[in-house]
Amino acid sequence: MLGAFQDKNDHATFSNIRLLFDHPYIDAYKTSIEISFVTALLGGLFGLLVAYAAIREGTPRVVRSILTTFSGVAANFGGIPLAFAFIATIGPLGVLTVWLRNAGWDPSAHGFQLFSKTGVEIAYMYFQLPLMILVIAPAIDGLRREWREAAANLGAKQWQFWRYVGIPVLMPSLLGAIILLFGNAFAAYATAYSLTAGSVNIVPILIGAYYTGNVLDNPHIAQALAFGMFVVLAVMMLLYIPLQRRSARWTR
Amino acid sequence: MAPSAYLWLALAAVYFLLPLYATLDFSLKENKAGTPCCTLSNYGWVIHNGDFWHTIKISFLLALETVVISLLLFVPTIYWVHLKVPRLRPVIAFMALIPFVVPPIVMVVGLLRTFKGTPHWYYAEPWGFLATAYVILAFPYMFFSLDAGFRAIDVHTLTEASQSLGARWTTTLFRVILPNIRAAALAASFLTLAIVMGEFTIANLSAFHTFPIFIQYVNESQGFPAGALTLLSFLITWAAMLSLLLVGRKRGARGAVIAGAR
Amino acid sequence: MSYLELENLHRDFGTVKALNGINITLGEGEFLSLLGPSGCGKTTALRLVAGFDRPDEGRILVDGRDISSVAPNRRDMGMVFQAYSLFPNMTAQQNVEFGLRIRGRHKHERSQRAGELLELVGLTGAGDRYPHQLSGGMQQRVALARALAIEPRVLLLDEPLSALDAKVRVQLREEIRRIQLELGITTLYVTHDQEEALAISDHVAVMYGGVIEQMGTPAEMYTSPATPFVAEFIGTMNRLEATIVDGGAGEVEHAGMRLHVDAARGRRTGERVLLLIRPESLELEARTNGAAPNTFVGEVLTQTFLGPVTRVKVSGEHTSLIADMSTARAAALPVGAQVVARIPSEGAKLISLPDDGPGLPVLDPDNP
Repeated sequence: MLGAFQDKNDHATFSNIRLLFDHPYIDAYKTSIEISFVTALLGGLFGLLVAYAAIREGTPRVVRSILTTFSGVAANFGGIPLAFAFIATIGPLGVLTVWLRNAGWDPSAHGFQLFSKTGVEIAYMYFQLPLMILVIAPAIDGLRREWREAAANLGAKQWQFWRYVGIPVLMPSLLGAIILLFGNAFAAYATAYSLTAGSVNIVPILIGAYYTGNVLDNPHIAQALAFGMFVVLAVMMLLYIPLQRRSARWTR
Repeated sequence: MAPSAYLWLALAAVYFLLPLYATLDFSLKENKAGTPCCTLSNYGWVIHNGDFWHTIKISFLLALETVVISLLLFVPTIYWVHLKVPRLRPVIAFMALIPFVVPPIVMVVGLLRTFKGTPHWYYAEPWGFLATAYVILAFPYMFFSLDAGFRAIDVHTLTEASQSLGARWTTTLFRVILPNIRAAALAASFLTLAIVMGEFTIANLSAFHTFPIFIQYVNESQGFPAGALTLLSFLITWAAMLSLLLVGRKRGARGAVIAGAR
Repeated sequence: MSYLELENLHRDFGTVKALNGINITLGEGEFLSLLGPSGCGKTTALRLVAGFDRPDEGRILVDGRDISSVAPNRRDMGMVFQAYSLFPNMTAQQNVEFGLRIRGRHKHERSQRAGELLELVGLTGAGDRYPHQLSGGMQQRVALARALAIEPRVLLLDEPLSALDAKVRVQLREEIRRIQLELGITTLYVTHDQEEALAISDHVAVMYGGVIEQMGTPAEMYTSPATPFVAEFIGTMNRLEATIVDGGAGEVEHAGMRLHVDAARGRRTGERVLLLIRPESLELEARTNGAAPNTFVGEVLTQTFLGPVTRVKVSGEHTSLIADMSTARAAALPVGAQVVARIPSEGAKLISLPDDGPGLPVLDPDNP
C-alpha cells in the first residue's frame, strides 16, 4: 500500500495519486464503478425476485435446492469459461444471435456488441445474480408468514406488503448483499479481460497490465491504482454503515 | 404456485441455461470448425486425461478444507459479534471488503513473506499455503452470507434459552445456533467451494497444480475440448454442492424453524 | 338472523380430511368459540373464513353475501394471530395505523384512531415502542387494537392467548370479551383451552376430527354433553360404562352394581350407555355401616388442593371416581379414609355408546 506514495526513485510523493485523476486512469475508475454499480443493483433486484420466487410457499422445496446449488456454482463461474460461454451465446456467431437473426432481428445492426461495457455487464450478471440469491435467501427465510397474512388481512395488496413491511425488514441484509455484489464486480478481472482482451477499461485490468509487464513505466502506479480501489471501497463502506444502522433501528 | 413465481424462475432459467446450452452445442463439435453436430470425442478426451482427475481431486479437497476452516473460524466470530458487540459489525464488514481490493499478486507476495519461516509442509503443499489464501479470499462471501443468516434469527433468545437449560457455549453454538443458520452456512459453503474450484490467479502465481490451472492450460492449448471441459467442471462442481447439501440435510436438523407456524 | 355463516365446509390436505362438513351460524354481535384439540380442524376453518385458504366444498357467507372467492385483503375482517404477527419494523402505533394507512386515511385521523384503540386495550403511552420491546401480553393487545382499527365486520382470533402465561391469559380474555361486547362485533374465536371458551363465549362449538361434535351455550355443553368426546373434553367428568337393565324404572347396571338413574328412563333394556357424573355432583361421606342405594364403596386415594375446592380421588373395587368438595369438608376425609360416594339419581347424564364402537376416546389419562 505504501508503495502507492512513492515515485520512480522511491521518494515519497503524491504525484502517483494525482495521476490517477487523468485519463486513462480516471476513466478506468469510472467504468469500473459504473459496471459494479449497475450489476450490483440489477443483480440485487433480480436476485431478490428470483430468490423469493423459489422460497415462498407454494413453490416446491426442490426448486430452492436446485437454485441454491446452481447459484453456488454460477456465482464463481468467471474468467475464460464464462466469457467463452457468452461468446458462444450472444457473440457475433453465438447461438442466440444466429437464432435472432434468422427470426429477422439482427442484434449487431441495432448497436449491440458483446465486447463492450454492456456486454461485460450482461456477462457479469451471470455471477452477480447467483451471489445475490445465495446471500439473501436466509434473510427471506426470516420473513414470517404471519406478517404477510396479517398485512393481507388488514387490506394490503402484495406490493403494499413489500413496501411497508417486506423491504424494510430485509433492508439491512439487502444493503449488505448489494455491497458484496459491488465489491465482487469491482474486483472481477478475468471475465472482463477474456471477453474484451483488455479493451474495456477497468481498474483491475490496468493493474494486471502493469504486472504482466505491458506498460512498465512506474511500478508504483499499479500500487496507486490498488490504493484507489481501496478508497472506492472504503467510501462504499462509509455509505453502508449509516444506511445499515438506519434500516435496522427497529432491531435490538 | 404463484404466477409471478413461475415468471421469475422461468426467466432465470433461460438466462442461466442458455449460455450453458451454447457451450454444449460448441463442445459437441469435432476439432475442426464448422462441422455439424454431434460427437463426444471432446468429452472422451477430457475424461481419459489423467491430469483431469488428479487436479480435480486436489481442488476438491482443498475446497473442503477451506470450507471447514472458514466455518470454524467465522461462524463463532460472527455469532459473537452479533451477540455481544453488534457495534463491531460494520467494522468487520469493512474488513470483509479488503480481499476484494487486494490484487492477487499482492496477496501472494504478502503471504509468501509472512510465512517465510514456516515449515516446509505448510509452504510447499497446497493444503497449508493455498488454503490460507483461500480462507482469506472466502471471507467476504462468508461474512455477508452468515451475517444475513444471523440477522434472520433471534440470536439472543436462542442463546438465553439454551443457557438457561444448562448448555455450555460450545453446545449452544453447535446444537442450537448452527442448525438455525443452516441455510446461510450452506450458502456460504457453496460459495467458498465454488471459489476454490475456480480460483486461478493465486494458484498460478504460487505455482500449485489445481483444477483451474488445468482448465487454463487446456483453454490455451486446444480450443475445442475447452468447451467440454467447461461444462464438465460446471457439472462436477454442481454435483459436489448437491452432495454437500445432502450431507447437511441428513445430519443437521431442519433449517430455519419458524416457531408458531404450523 | 345470521351474520356469519359457514356452510358445509370441506377441506382436504392430501388424504387428511381436515374439515368434513362444517356448518356454523353466528348472529350479529355473537361470540362463538371453536374448541378442540390440536388437529381437529378449528384453525383450518378460521383460515378459510379469513381467506388464507379455499374450501374444497361449501361456502362462507357474511351478511348474506357469499365471500368464498373474495381475496383475503378484501374481506374486511380483523384477525389476531397466535404470535409474531406484529410488523417488527414498526412501532405499536404504526402497527395499529397500518390498516388505516392502506385505506388512505389521513395522518391526523389515523393517529387519533390509533390512540383511541390503544387506550381501549389499555396501552396508552406504549405507542412508540417496537414489538421486541413489548411483553407477549402487550404484543397481543397491540395485535387486537390493530385488527379492530379498521372496524372489521368480523373479528377472528386464532388462539391469541396460547403463548402467554396463565395470569395474563385470564386477564386478557376478560378484556377481549369486554371489548367485544362494547363494540358489538361478531367474533369467531379458536382455542384448545376449554375453560377459556366456556368463560367468554356466547356459544361454543366443540370440534374433533374435522367435524363439530356439539354446539351450544357453555352451560349446555357443560351440563349436557352429547357425545363421549365432548364429555371427556369439557370439564372433568366421571365416566362409567353401564348397561340398561330396566328402562321403565330407570335402572342401570355397572360393574355388578345396580344404580338408579333418572336419565335411564325410557331407554331400551340392554342398551350400552355411558354414565356421566360431574365431580361436584358426587356426595362423599365417611363410611358407616349399612348400604345405601346408588353408592360406591371405596378408599380415598389422593387429594388435590385446588384452592376453595379439593379434588378427591376415590378408588373402589372396580371403579375410580373423582369428587369435588369444599376444602373444609375434604379435610375430614384424608387419604386412606374409607368412604362412600353417592350418585344422586338426577345428577347423572347418559349418552349411548355405539354397540361395536371404539369405546371412550382417551385424551389424557393422567388428567381426568
